[in-house]
Amino acid sequence: MNIPYTVEERPDTGLANGRLGIWLFLASEVMLFGALFSTYIILRTGSVEWPHGELNVALGAVNTIILITSSVTMVMAWASLKLHNWGRHRLYLIATFLLAGVFLVNKYFEYADHFARGEGPAHSTFLAIYFTLTGLHGIHILGGMVVMLYFIGPGAKMWKSNPDQFANRIEYTGLYWHFVDLVWIFLFPVLYLL
Amino acid sequence: MHSAPPIRKYIFIGAALLVFTGITVAANQLHFAVPLAVTVALIIAIMKGSMVAAVFMHLSDEKKWIYGALLLTVAFFIVLMTIPLFTVMDTIGTPIHHPPAAEQPRH
Repeated sequence: MNIPYTVEERPDTGLANGRLGIWLFLASEVMLFGALFSTYIILRTGSVEWPHGELNVALGAVNTIILITSSVTMVMAWASLKLHNWGRHRLYLIATFLLAGVFLVNKYFEYADHFARGEGPAHSTFLAIYFTLTGLHGIHILGGMVVMLYFIGPGAKMWKSNPDQFANRIEYTGLYWHFVDLVWIFLFPVLYLL
Repeated sequence: MHSAPPIRKYIFIGAALLVFTGITVAANQLHFAVPLAVTVALIIAIMKGSMVAAVFMHLSDEKKWIYGALLLTVAFFIVLMTIPLFTVMDTIGTPIHHPPAAEQPRH
């Protein structure tokens, strides 16, 4: 059975189904993270004092740079497909995957440092919301890496059979990845700096 | 829809995002008062987020269905962000203090 409108646009929406689907998914993600940001505001405004300087700003800034760079390599991976440059696409997609891995390794060291000092989620309200927000974000990073790994590996063969659909899939993966970057852009100042 | 990807634009936006990250960290070193620090950090974050959404996510050139879905999301997101206000306005469980009644004249 062929799934319709994977490449061509539906006459009623003017969109390929995948594009509308990923945006609706991202809309639900906005509400998920929005609920947690709202929780952060409630906890922070309701607390008598709020810790400042508990997190490693340098490591947080490095991770911000890593995610922004990965967003650039992700969009370049898609742009390379549009320019029919398969080699460049592979290079950029693998670079994005590796940068995501480095982000998680940094996060691991950050978490390990906290736990070594006995600062788990139960230690304080701040650390509870910190681990919840960054943990959920980290799971999203991991999810993105799984999808990228699929397109680096077995999913790549679609380029030969249906290049337009493959390019669309990479674009949707990119939309998800940029959203994950966008969430971190807000998480970094909110948790590390303020 | 996106026939010729604007490669230079992507690189420029990437560089601008890195510069804004530097500005965010530098502004933090100035130790502003909390309200000003929150304002500065959020303004920069909103600018960065807008650049990612508009350019990397191609939102500056999308179809009306996407804008419609996102408009609805923004409306509900604003509702979510205003929910904390109800915790401030909520007076359930708070003791109500009446002004002391004026002493009645004794007869």
